[in-house]
Amino acid sequence: MKWQFSNDAPIYAQLIAQIKVGIVSGAFPPGERLPSVRDLATEAGVNPNTMQRALAELERDGLVYSQRTAGRFVTEDKAMIDAAKLGLAENHIKTFLLAMTRLGYRREEILDLLRQETSKEGSTDGSSGM
Amino acid sequence: MAVLECKGLSKRYGHTQALDRVDLAVEPGRIVGLLGPNGSGKTTLIKLANGLLTPSEGELLVCGMKPGKETHALVSYLPERTSIPLWMTAGQLLDFYEDFYKDFRRDAAEEMLAHLNISPKQRIKQMSKGTREKVQLIVVMSRAAKLYLLDEPIGGVDPATRDYILSTIIGNYDPEAAVVISTHLISDVEKVLDDVIFINQGRVMLQSSVDQIREEKGMSVDELFREVFKC
Repeated sequence: MKWQFSNDAPIYAQLIAQIKVGIVSGAFPPGERLPSVRDLATEAGVNPNTMQRALAELERDGLVYSQRTAGRFVTEDKAMIDAAKLGLAENHIKTFLLAMTRLGYRREEILDLLRQETSKEGSTDGSSGM
Repeated sequence: MAVLECKGLSKRYGHTQALDRVDLAVEPGRIVGLLGPNGSGKTTLIKLANGLLTPSEGELLVCGMKPGKETHALVSYLPERTSIPLWMTAGQLLDFYEDFYKDFRRDAAEEMLAHLNISPKQRIKQMSKGTREKVQLIVVMSRAAKLYLLDEPIGGVDPATRDYILSTIIGNYDPEAAVVISTHLISDVEKVLDDVIFINQGRVMLQSSVDQIREEKGMSVDELFREVFKC
């Protein structure tokens, strides 16, 4: 998994978002054991306490669960993963709509542009960066 | 108990006030950035903490003790300049550290050297500057110390070496120990830190957690530093 961080948000919040993407996209499949905090922290290049905080928060949300000695696992609850996916999608859409509104577009125009863009060939694979 | 504690700590060199009534505490399990411009007192504070200097006023305690023989066994120090004997081979350096420090984890050091393809037979004299810095960091981090004092561990090395050094610090994380990293290369170390201490002209200007700064100010520690220390 590739980890990227921006300057304007707390690191633990960015970790939560990126692990969620990993779970939703299947990089961390349902029921799979997650690497240890230390390994995840080393991979992401972040402080182990920050990684621990992010995982604890994901655990509180129910997306991951821990088993006393065996470590942390991704939830097997498909509905929960779908809900997380929808949540991430809504965030992207809100950000997009905000940016378009700032450019001066109205709802109808935005929808027209979206329809035009999605009908273009090869537009189904999301190549636009975040 | 705090691993490192300063109470009203001052240090003067003649008329120069290097540290001015510094109060701070570093708890176990924290990785702390000691950040400040050149000449702000970072190295002075680190040297006081390992007993290379003595305070002019105030007090500094390591695990509740004044720096001395007992604290030398608890503190692992990476000086600003590479100071390992050049005539030794990497293997001899490990022997040397093993002789000197009870808490030296030779297997950890050997594993890290092997990971970097550094042969124990290679002489330190024949290594590049970057490799020497890596070797010195490896022996410093291979001690099971309570307090690691790293004075500019990433200054003067390439970005790939920087990443290696930082991942070594993360990989050796011990919840019982604290790490103090002094640097002015903030954007590189920011993600690795729990807390930051801003120091300027010998005074502590700010002590906060990295995510608290990002949450409250909506900017990175690097950006905040540039704002606070704008010339």
